[in-house]
Amino acid sequence: MPSGAELIKKAKEQITEVDPREVHDLLSNGHRNGTVLVDCREEHEFEEAHLPGAVHVPRGHLESRIEGAARDKSERVIVYCASGSRSALAAKTLIEELGYERAESMTGGITLWKDRGYEVETPRRLTPEQRERYSRHLLVPEIGLEGQLKLLDAKVLLLGAGGLGAPTSLYLAAAGVGTLGIVDDDVVDLSNLQRQVIHTVDRIGTPKVDSAEQAIADINPGIEVVKYQTRLDASNIMEIIDGYDVIVDGVDNFPTRYLLNDATVRLKIPVVSASILGFDGQLSVFAPYDGPCYRCLYPTPPPAELAPSCGANGVLGALPGVMGVLQAIEVVKLITGSGEPLIGRLLLYEALSTSFTDLKVRRDPECPICSRDPESISDDEMGVFPDYEQFCAAAG
Amino acid sequence: MSTIRIPPVLRASTGGEREVAAEGADVGELLRALAAAHPATESQLFGDDGTLNRYVNVYLNDEDVRVLNGLDTAVKADDTLVILPAMAGGA
Repeated sequence: MPSGAELIKKAKEQITEVDPREVHDLLSNGHRNGTVLVDCREEHEFEEAHLPGAVHVPRGHLESRIEGAARDKSERVIVYCASGSRSALAAKTLIEELGYERAESMTGGITLWKDRGYEVETPRRLTPEQRERYSRHLLVPEIGLEGQLKLLDAKVLLLGAGGLGAPTSLYLAAAGVGTLGIVDDDVVDLSNLQRQVIHTVDRIGTPKVDSAEQAIADINPGIEVVKYQTRLDASNIMEIIDGYDVIVDGVDNFPTRYLLNDATVRLKIPVVSASILGFDGQLSVFAPYDGPCYRCLYPTPPPAELAPSCGANGVLGALPGVMGVLQAIEVVKLITGSGEPLIGRLLLYEALSTSFTDLKVRRDPECPICSRDPESISDDEMGVFPDYEQFCAAAG
Repeated sequence: MSTIRIPPVLRASTGGEREVAAEGADVGELLRALAAAHPATESQLFGDDGTLNRYVNVYLNDEDVRVLNGLDTAVKADDTLVILPAMAGGA
């Protein structure tokens, strides 16, 4: 049997080794042409310092996690470690056992890289408490440490602390979204408790923003909560929403939805929008200029008799739970940049038939709002639609 | 027969039916067949000039008929038509 040193020597002969200079050139010219750079060292080594843009896949988890980092086996994968030995063995495994066509090992590892004076990233760290709290996120390659840090830095505004706002605020707080703004002017009522699971019997009569703040603190005291005990309207919307990364829309009336759309297009803030009625829910992500806006989907609101949200209507208590959790997931995807957010698509959920339907939504080239330069949208135009006065009068 | 899926706000006009089967060669024929079977839906779907109300979105399978051929879009027997007015409930 060969010695360990012989095995490593042989592996280096069998694979392609790449000099740090070539990797440096690849990174510094900005376009890596699909090359995936993999750090195969242990976690504590990676956290100490790593190459810019490297993905961490420890050698001990190579087989189980590499496909999360490099899906396309024909892509070039450059593996490095501390000195080039572990990465040579890892590259050999990738080629011989996992079918990667262009797995290579960087000569001399990060040690030689640093000796050459090339830049390394020293990542921000989580506290031990955060490491434990978010451990299940850290294990998911699509989130990991990088995604968790993005979540901790993120500012998300929730419009409403009601049926949809209950699950979104709880799950986003639990996920570690660093700042949660909540807009709601209402107080907790007994009839809310059939579905608004952040509120409690002993908080009946207290403002919903205060009750939500308490529920958030109970599950994750590290979250900063910004309360707006008011109704969103034309006079305050620009001031409230400015500076947020994502807005979660669960408002219960059309005028505010149009107003929100126009303001978020102007400020280019993505909106994760859901609505519920009876046993049916709708969900979409409106990302200004990347996809359609709310007005592209619904250019005009229905007449009041077809807009039952204006009056008191029933809803299955668990329905906002489903739709709100779907919203929370879309928010996490937008913040971490993972997966394909529901942009340009409308998801319908019909609880009675247990069916999900995915419809395509196109940008309207003649959209009165998002077909234009955001700078040109004036205050007077925001939230206006053709039959606004009539609509609001009919809706009472 | 094609299937027309009825949104919650129109179900009062279809006797509570969530899906209605209809016969027709194109989207317009299907919707008119629906209006004939359930007259209360007619004014909700069509304006006085016979065109589809702008606040009603209609999808053939997963595509908005407005980016297809509108009411003239041809329909196959096993297609599904989704009628979708805007909803705004959130609380």
